[in-house]
Amino acid sequence: MAGQELIEQDIHEQQLTRVVVAACSPHLHEKTFRGVCERSGMNPYLSEMASIREHVAWVHTDKVAATAKAKAIVSGTVERVLKNDPLEAIRVPIDAQTLVVGGGIAGIQAALEVAEAGYDVYLIEREASLGGHMAQFDKTFPTLDCAACILTPKMASAGAHPKVHLFTWSEVEKVEGFVGNYTVTVKKKPRYVDEDICTGCGICVEKCPVLVVDDKFEAGIGYRKAIYWPFAQAVPNLPVLDTETCTYYIGGKGGCRACEKFCPTVPNSIKFDQKEERVTLKVGNIILATGWDLFNARRIPQYGYGRLANVFTNLELERMCNAAGPTGGKVVLRDGQTAPKRVGIVHCVGSRDRNYNRHCSAICCMQSLKTAHLVKERTGAEVYNFYIDIRTPGKEYDEFYQRVLDDGVHFVRGKVAEISDIPFDPAEASRNGAGTLYIQVEDTLAGMQRRIPVDMVVLAAGLEPRRDSSEVGKTFGIACSSNGWFIEKHAKMDPIATMTEGVFVAGCAGGPKDIPASVSQGSAAAARVLNYIRQGELALEPVRASVLEERCSGCRICNGLCPFNAISFIEERKVTEINAALCQGCGTCVAACPAGAIQGTGFSNEQLFAQIEGLLRDVNRSHEPEVV
Amino acid sequence: MSALDNTNTFEPVIIGFTCNWCSYRAADLAGTSRIKYPPNVRLIRVMCSGRIDPTFVLKALSDGADGVMIAGCHPGECHYLEQNYKALRRHRLLQKTLAQFGIEPARVRLTWASAAEGALFAQEIATMVDEVKQLGPLNWPARPVPVGSVPAEIPVLSEVGA
Amino acid sequence: MSKPKFAMYWAAACGGCEIAVLNIDEKVLDLDANFEVAFWPAAMDVKYKDVEAMEDASILVTLFNGSIRTDENEHMARLLRRKSRILVAFGSCANEGCIPGLANLSSRESLFERVYQANATSPSTENPNNLRPQASSQVPEGTLTLPPLQAVIRTLDQVVEVDYHVPGCPPESRQIAAVLDALIAVVKGEAELPPKGAVLGAGNSTVCDECARKRDVKQIGKISRIQELPPLATDVCLLEQGLMCAGPATRSGCDSRCPNVGAPCIGCYGAAPGVLDQGARLMTAIASVVDANEPDAIDRVLDGIPDPAGSFYRFSLAHSLLRANRAALAEKP
Ligand SMILES: Cc1cc2nc3c(=O)[nH]c(=O)nc-3n(C[C@H](O)[C@H](O)[C@H](O)COP(=O)(O)OP(=O)(O)OC[C@H]3O[C@@H](n4cnc5c(N)ncnc54)[C@H](O)[C@@H]3O)c2cc1C
Ligand code: SF4
Ligand code: SF4
Ligand code: SF4
Ligand code: FES
Repeated sequence: MAGQELIEQDIHEQQLTRVVVAACSPHLHEKTFRGVCERSGMNPYLSEMASIREHVAWVHTDKVAATAKAKAIVSGTVERVLKNDPLEAIRVPIDAQTLVVGGGIAGIQAALEVAEAGYDVYLIEREASLGGHMAQFDKTFPTLDCAACILTPKMASAGAHPKVHLFTWSEVEKVEGFVGNYTVTVKKKPRYVDEDICTGCGICVEKCPVLVVDDKFEAGIGYRKAIYWPFAQAVPNLPVLDTETCTYYIGGKGGCRACEKFCPTVPNSIKFDQKEERVTLKVGNIILATGWDLFNARRIPQYGYGRLANVFTNLELERMCNAAGPTGGKVVLRDGQTAPKRVGIVHCVGSRDRNYNRHCSAICCMQSLKTAHLVKERTGAEVYNFYIDIRTPGKEYDEFYQRVLDDGVHFVRGKVAEISDIPFDPAEASRNGAGTLYIQVEDTLAGMQRRIPVDMVVLAAGLEPRRDSSEVGKTFGIACSSNGWFIEKHAKMDPIATMTEGVFVAGCAGGPKDIPASVSQGSAAAARVLNYIRQGELALEPVRASVLEERCSGCRICNGLCPFNAISFIEERKVTEINAALCQGCGTCVAACPAGAIQGTGFSNEQLFAQIEGLLRDVNRSHEPEVV
Repeated sequence: MSALDNTNTFEPVIIGFTCNWCSYRAADLAGTSRIKYPPNVRLIRVMCSGRIDPTFVLKALSDGADGVMIAGCHPGECHYLEQNYKALRRHRLLQKTLAQFGIEPARVRLTWASAAEGALFAQEIATMVDEVKQLGPLNWPARPVPVGSVPAEIPVLSEVGA
Repeated sequence: MSKPKFAMYWAAACGGCEIAVLNIDEKVLDLDANFEVAFWPAAMDVKYKDVEAMEDASILVTLFNGSIRTDENEHMARLLRRKSRILVAFGSCANEGCIPGLANLSSRESLFERVYQANATSPSTENPNNLRPQASSQVPEGTLTLPPLQAVIRTLDQVVEVDYHVPGCPPESRQIAAVLDALIAVVKGEAELPPKGAVLGAGNSTVCDECARKRDVKQIGKISRIQELPPLATDVCLLEQGLMCAGPATRSGCDSRCPNVGAPCIGCYGAAPGVLDQGARLMTAIASVVDANEPDAIDRVLDGIPDPAGSFYRFSLAHSLLRANRAALAEKP
């Protein structure tokens, strides 16, 4: 008979009221055995697991000591389970509306999936258009299909979908409530253009006399006006006015107003007095798809970015390769016309480097191969890729690598030490011509130092967490790892959910990934949300804290301790209250309350004291000499 | 005493409080990876290191443990955002207080281990066990229990010197 | 019908409890009216041998104040336990060791050294011949004996079974009066005895509950002593003004006397109901709200508590989980 059946049988025959399973870690089978108890008519929380496999059998060699430890663990668990209370899951209704934060490819995908299922989605994008980083690219690896061709239709359907309610140029300011029942305050920044009237004709942009460097979409290598479209295929198709560069605003609201003068709509779409707005939304679930920021290549001074004109970032190259970009798709040096004859591409810039980020950015190898291919294709230049390891684990990825090898791109295995425009000696200078950049690298395969002269360098800057990820995390009540990526509930088994019920993470917000993985996560997050919506009601683990009102003195020690805002002070009665649906059961307030007024259901002091006693049962105690 | 000195036969008993999300999982991982470490630490799982009350530590020590390990997620990585900082604060104050009771700092060790750091967790345990071995048993005397309400024999006063 | 017998005894304590009982004013007459005072050394002359001669369980109720520091204290605790139907641990010393209990942080030997050793750290010691008290000494009149000091202080319930607890250093007179009223009601058959082990004459929450000061969310950036601070606001929580107030972790019942007059609570009513270790509660509460996350920054705040054991366990050390310093516990009795 299988173990589970045996337990069921014993529960029935022996009329058991508590069960301890001494076996593997509760992380593996706690649910299983709770299920067994439930099926046998017992409250599932009256069972516990004692981990004697992972924590004893597999890690100790001294059999006698290991057996003693296993007995102690069982004894502790038995003592603890005796103090367990029968618990009931907490049930909360799920609001069918969903919030998606971040309109990159992951967020768009998530929003569309939920909307297609027939539920309302609020899609909040901080920038003036949907699209995220993908909108900046020319081609996407490994298939080299044009990014715009696959992204624009998605953006358009999100923009047009009756169930997707778009808030661009907006940010989430405050989140209150809990799974199924969040109240979200969204701040809409003024774009100074009336969304309802503007037809998107673009005359204002054409007439605006101010030209400024666009360091956002064009990555600093192109221009935009003071009133501008984020980019040609922007969704929504509305311009936005930048008050920091607009002559009218710089002049203290005087002069220019060309945009207003030429706007053909009646009434006029330009609204210089537009104000920030706040909108309150009710949602049941939240998907965070806030993406990534590019590593700042200036942080590695020896690579010369920002100092040496012809050192570029990968993102600049993406714009350069793009037919709609500033150079019309031509790969040229900083002078805007000369095609490079020799190009060096440096992998892992700021990634896998203990001075910057230890993580692998996951996409730069493929992105650098893509860049190599495009540069070669467009300029016929000699291309050198400098890599530490080539990582091409995706579908068709290694095939693409082979293709680039076949293109005749040179690969040098070694971490670039320095990029310099100073020749060793006049001979080197005359050999290579003025303006040459020298890449100094140890070729670890050839076992020698090399110095490769090039005209252009492309740095494969890595992906980093958003600079504001920890504040954003706080707003939504979820944690970031020490390097800033949002932490998933379980890295392997639950990579979409977070510790806060009803908040999910998709795309690069949780760590570096490519577009296919980001899209999959967008869909996965939507599936999780749809699952909750279809259930209509969610059963939450009853492991929660609660305040015994007659014990609470209202000292307010606990009031600032809960990261989920579950604790509030009732001014009239001068006592503290805990909202069970918001509480995530960490127990910090329980351990802090000086009056012992906070009870931890499922992790009570009584349970823990009993477990301590059980664990120490076999310890031989000396007695205080004075007590005979 | 050096590690090579095998005259030290004392095997300490240490209670380890581990958080559900990182350190307990690190112990799980040490298990699945079959990393060997000394059998002296007995773990208790709590949801977060923020749940760990100094009372637990005092109780364990006064109930016969030779040391207590407190383990949580790395600072900034707590699954409940920043509760391990509360564990850190409590640990610092507890250490200060324990010094006045004559309890050496090495007996109450705070350590951080992520779910991926099974080897590190095993190493932490080995180090702590070693340190507590060097210190010797704590052997805190059991709390005195009152003798029955009517003692069998009460010595006469002159015998107790009054 | 003869009146039930009442006793009160003063072990290792300051005497404040005795005065607190007298402070109940004319209520003391009710005591006399309803009880026969059988033994109360501070109030009347009865010899120990008279108590020894009493029949077991012949005293209805004994209020025992003071902790157990000497063999004499222990003897009397056992004796009175045997003679009393109801033994009440009265006041902080009997319940949790109180200020005398702080001596548990030092070994007996080091205490003697500090108090009697010439050139010791205590500036008030004047003892050129290094005389030490002896358990017995010869004088022309005969042999003199002193009860020997035990290694550590114990509370009454660590020595004998205790029926009820009345906390406080000393217990508030209003509360004493209420406890006596309740006892008299029991004697008159008008009320039932509370369940064994009950804490009488105290509240069920902590001092903040009775404190009139306004409280806010707490974040402690610095802890000071009262003399280091500018005049304090009279209506704001003292903890929030940078003082170590034990109010949050101390049982209510005192009407928050100290905080109400601007002095922080020092913890004399002991732990809140159900709490195992008062000092740990205060320690965890204060640490939890320290406004720093880096070890050094945390330590800078905590440096404001130079004597943590003394601050957290000022009254409850002897009854705490650890009870005493390791060296003190290791001493021979
Ligand atoms: C140079 C380069 C080339 C690449 N090329 C390829 C390729 O060819 N193929 C491939 O598969 N992958 C490629 N990648 C990887 C690709 O960029 C990512 O996989 C993809 O962008 C991830 O999408 P996302 O939606 O998670 O994030 P993002 O694209 O970063 O989108 C996030 C969106 O959220 C918005 N946002 C952020 N914070 C907030 C907030 N607080 N509130 C509201 N909105 C917010 C942002 O404005 C943005 O629109 C490349 C990466 C780089 C650096
Ligand atoms: S810490 Fe405890 S006593 Fe103080 S307010 Fe919170 S629940 Fe009440
Ligand atoms: S246990 Fe307390 S601190 Fe933790 S989530 Fe619940 S209410 Fe918040
Ligand atoms: S002053 Fe003391 S007793 Fe009063 S509220 Fe503040 S902490 Fe509590
Ligand atoms: S969950 Fe691990 S320390 Fe908080």
